[in-house]
Amino acid sequence: MTASSVLCVEGLSVEFRTRSGRVRALDNVTFNVRKGETIALVGESGSGKSVSAYAIMGILDPAGRVTNGQAMFGEIDLLAASPKRLAAVRGRQISMIFQNPRTALNPIRPVGRQIADVLVRHGRVPAREAPQQAVEMLRAVGISDPARRASGYPFEMSGGMCQRVMIAIALAAKPSLLIADEPTTGLDVTTQAVIMDLIADFATQRGMATIFITHDLALASQRATRIVVMHAGHVVENAPTLDLCTQPRHPYTAELVAATPDSAANLDDLAAIPGSLPDLRRTDLPPCRYSERCPRKTELCSQSLPLTSVGPEHIVACWNPLPVHAPLKLAIGAS
Amino acid sequence: MTVLLDVDHVSKFFPVGSGPNQLARLKRRLSGGAEKLPKVYAVDNVSLVINKGETVGLVGESGCGKSTLVRALTRLIDVSGGSIKLGGRELALKPARVFARDRDRARIQMVFQDAGDSINPRFTAFDAIADPLRRLRNIRGKTLKERVEAVAGQCGLPSVLLSRFPHQLSGGQRARVGIARAIATEPDLLVLDEPTAALDVSVQAVILQLLQRLRRELGMSYLFVSHDLSLVRLLCDHVMVMYLGKIVESGPARAVFERPWHPYTQALVAAVPRFAGAAAERLRLRGEPRSPIDPDPNVCRFYGRCPIGASDCKTKAPVLRRIGCRHVACHFAEEFVVQRVGPVHAAQANRQI
Repeated sequence: MTASSVLCVEGLSVEFRTRSGRVRALDNVTFNVRKGETIALVGESGSGKSVSAYAIMGILDPAGRVTNGQAMFGEIDLLAASPKRLAAVRGRQISMIFQNPRTALNPIRPVGRQIADVLVRHGRVPAREAPQQAVEMLRAVGISDPARRASGYPFEMSGGMCQRVMIAIALAAKPSLLIADEPTTGLDVTTQAVIMDLIADFATQRGMATIFITHDLALASQRATRIVVMHAGHVVENAPTLDLCTQPRHPYTAELVAATPDSAANLDDLAAIPGSLPDLRRTDLPPCRYSERCPRKTELCSQSLPLTSVGPEHIVACWNPLPVHAPLKLAIGAS
Repeated sequence: MTVLLDVDHVSKFFPVGSGPNQLARLKRRLSGGAEKLPKVYAVDNVSLVINKGETVGLVGESGCGKSTLVRALTRLIDVSGGSIKLGGRELALKPARVFARDRDRARIQMVFQDAGDSINPRFTAFDAIADPLRRLRNIRGKTLKERVEAVAGQCGLPSVLLSRFPHQLSGGQRARVGIARAIATEPDLLVLDEPTAALDVSVQAVILQLLQRLRRELGMSYLFVSHDLSLVRLLCDHVMVMYLGKIVESGPARAVFERPWHPYTQALVAAVPRFAGAAAERLRLRGEPRSPIDPDPNVCRFYGRCPIGASDCKTKAPVLRRIGCRHVACHFAEEFVVQRVGPVHAAQANRQI
């Protein structure tokens, strides 16, 4: 772990017990987040992006179990910490924005009170001053007429406003790490841009590190300095954004780039990724879980999974990565 | 090109029933006084034309009325006013319940947003595809089986999957069932309501390419509703941008996305995440949309969020005007034409009228 890291996840493995067997949802997930940095976790649904976040936050479903690994946040291993210790970190130093703001907010409590709750619990604000500060938080996230809105309920607000309230709650205690789990899914593109700006502005103002979880590679490429690509519970590639987008080394990343609509000049250029995620309940999962879909499969792939460093801060889990100057059709911006 | 669907000044208003003075309203009604309920202007005087074989995109944010418009065009709901002509035949006057058994019902079909939610969970894939054929084409027995298998094959759905229920199919397969069901009756117009919104990016491309192939093979017209502009750019010839019940800009898809003229379209295009950090303009919309309930007819719908917001905008609502090969509803559209493409090109565009 380097000195500047805020969070250092190493070898994280998670299993879920289900009636039809153990689902090995995460296997040896490793990444770290530096101070003030924004990284993106990108992958298809079921790739383990959200499970990683839940494991770090200690809010895994009771059926889930961390079988291996550590997540060092400063001196604390979040995966081994006592619930009491964790409760002191969560919400105060690490906080999270959830996917659907409408269901994540308490429907029968005014939003101002919900923010005040966090301020009192984590922000060391006296209960008397909390409502006033809650209004200030609402103003800071750009809600007009915050004093009136503070006494409103989530159902009275649009999706974009609910997400602003979520952000206000998450940032109330001035955390040093924010996990944003698909914060703009279900919002319009115009609202998405505003919400993402808001998160980015707070991050730069406060030097806050952000883990941004998304399935949209184009959005990730615009917002993150580094992208971690996940597939079926594995980290397949971890690289600085520009390297990853223009020079992907893992075959899966390359397919993902080619499948991003914005990268294609016309529909025929848009590539689909053949096959689908392997069933994670299987006991005979190959070491590389992409190998069964992979066009560049070699004999080594069924024996072990390497983690190769192919450049500065560029790690690929592949025996046969794409060559550096693979011609990649990219019509950036296209206009 | 021949016109397939001609929609003229279609409106759909929904009365807003409840409110704080419900009791007062009830009293008034009991005393025999006429009362006017406030209305949501979901679709307000929209005209559009879809030519044969054309793909038209409809974009706009949630709540702008695109789904209501589409439901009115597919005659799932009744319109409040205006005319809808399919191949010259007026459809708007028929009540939706009667139209369900109309001979033209089979000519307009729809692919719904989430195939998982829109297929009867107690129907097998076969039944789902066979249902419209039975009801609208009155096909039975062996012919039905052959037709269903043929359509499924066209949509890349192996016939072994036809006996499965929706929950036994993957997202991509369900999307194929939804498409197969819609094209089974060989419609002329296929309305696609965010057909890939529920799909992963890995499957999305296959479904889009399937749709494009089907359109070429069967010569259908598409109305493609989406909020994903990068998909509309790839799939559509023509695009319409909707804002609060009105069309604010329409024109050739590529031109509109490359040089949007209406301020709302500009904000929409600027908000689309571009790949690999290509520099995006930081044009952002402030605040929330205006209320769609009984909007002031003299104020531009976009006023309040619009970066221009001049005094004219709140005294006179802009009408959709023709500029070159496009239509724009903004008082200041010409300034963008000049500013963005240069006066020479603007003059050329004007000559094309």
